[in-house]
Amino acid sequence: MIQLSATHILYLVEAARWTVLLSLIAFAGGALVGLPLALMRVSRSKLLRGLASVYIQIVQGTPLLIVLFLSYFGLGILGYKLDPLVAAGISFTIYAAAFLGEIWRGCIEAVPKTQWEASDCLGLNPVQQYAYVILPQAVRIATPPTVGFMVQIVKNTSLASVIGFVELARAGQIVNNSTFEPFAIFAVVGAIYFAICYPLSVVGRYLERKANAGR
Amino acid sequence: MSYKFDFEFLAERWPDFVAGAWLTIQLTVASIALGFLVGTVCALARVYGGPVLRRIVGVYVEAIRNTPLLIQIFIVYFGLSSLGLKLSAEVSAIVALTVNMGAYTTEIMRAGIQSIQRTQLEAADCLGLTRLQTILHVVLLPAMERVYPALSSQFVLLMLASSITSQISAEELTATANLVQSDTYRSFEVYVIVAVVYLALSALYRFALWAIGLVLFERRRKLGTPL
Repeated sequence: MIQLSATHILYLVEAARWTVLLSLIAFAGGALVGLPLALMRVSRSKLLRGLASVYIQIVQGTPLLIVLFLSYFGLGILGYKLDPLVAAGISFTIYAAAFLGEIWRGCIEAVPKTQWEASDCLGLNPVQQYAYVILPQAVRIATPPTVGFMVQIVKNTSLASVIGFVELARAGQIVNNSTFEPFAIFAVVGAIYFAICYPLSVVGRYLERKANAGR
Repeated sequence: MSYKFDFEFLAERWPDFVAGAWLTIQLTVASIALGFLVGTVCALARVYGGPVLRRIVGVYVEAIRNTPLLIQIFIVYFGLSSLGLKLSAEVSAIVALTVNMGAYTTEIMRAGIQSIQRTQLEAADCLGLTRLQTILHVVLLPAMERVYPALSSQFVLLMLASSITSQISAEELTATANLVQSDTYRSFEVYVIVAVVYLALSALYRFALWAIGLVLFERRRKLGTPL
């Protein structure tokens, strides 16, 4: 039997880089799609509001795992065979966009109505209102919950292991297949996830305290 | 696109999906109930307990909330069995989901308990309520009412997250989908169906939680307003 060794740990740490990369892709994709979604949710048009709301309801009511299976196995059988990284990137984007869209909608709505009225009086058009008045303030409100949500993203990238993408969780399974010490290995894997997520949690909480202290 | 959608397998396999959904409901209702219990006790310990107890609960909450559920499930199922504690896939799933739910409930309930003002406790004292009565009627129920929306969405999220237990071959809805799609090669159709079933389950859970809220919180029932 092969003993759990420093090489294995090193292998896990290297795999953790893919976890970080996947998280960044998920966050970037989620932000790119999530911001328009948030703006649609607060738009004046009923149609846009409805569309965004339906999207968010559907994604928040389905497990991420099923979205992953659909985009990897489902699209594969339809003839669009995607690379695991691409399938995971698409799935995480779909997932993160729904949650970020909803978080950011709340933050945009949290900007006092008087700010809208004041910028209206100054003759700013809607684009200018968003760019110079509303969004800069919304960003400040949005930072703590967004950092908090990044923890969820990092943890959920572990699901990419089920479509064969070798990130941290999958690497743990691979090492386990050769050493058969699941308790030790998954404890190490858990510890690496913790090392990535805990600082984010602490920063999120710190930012939240700071934001609340101002009020 | 030359692909033809074919849902014919449903005629034969629908009982499998029903059985899978039923196991999902059983697993999640059990772990929501147990996890809520664990979390409430931990939240009380976190607010009213001594420094050591507070610290232990803090470590538990941080450890669970900063690691993926998938890894927690692997540790319970593969890890514990390698240490000699063999649990079935279903029991492992309930244990892992309960531990996970407990940590999130602790944080949510803690916020609720801390929102109960000191004067409420003093008033309860003056009325001669026992410690247990105070905790149940003056602290926990009002605390729960305040954080009920957050609790509800956490419960629904847990139901969705239970799909991850398919990875240790607990035969719930997602595992059923994996099985049927490997028999029929209709993965797209199978996962679309299962996604719809999960959507329906989320709606069902939300409705049930709303109804439970009405029964539990008299004030909400009579005034019809959220707190």
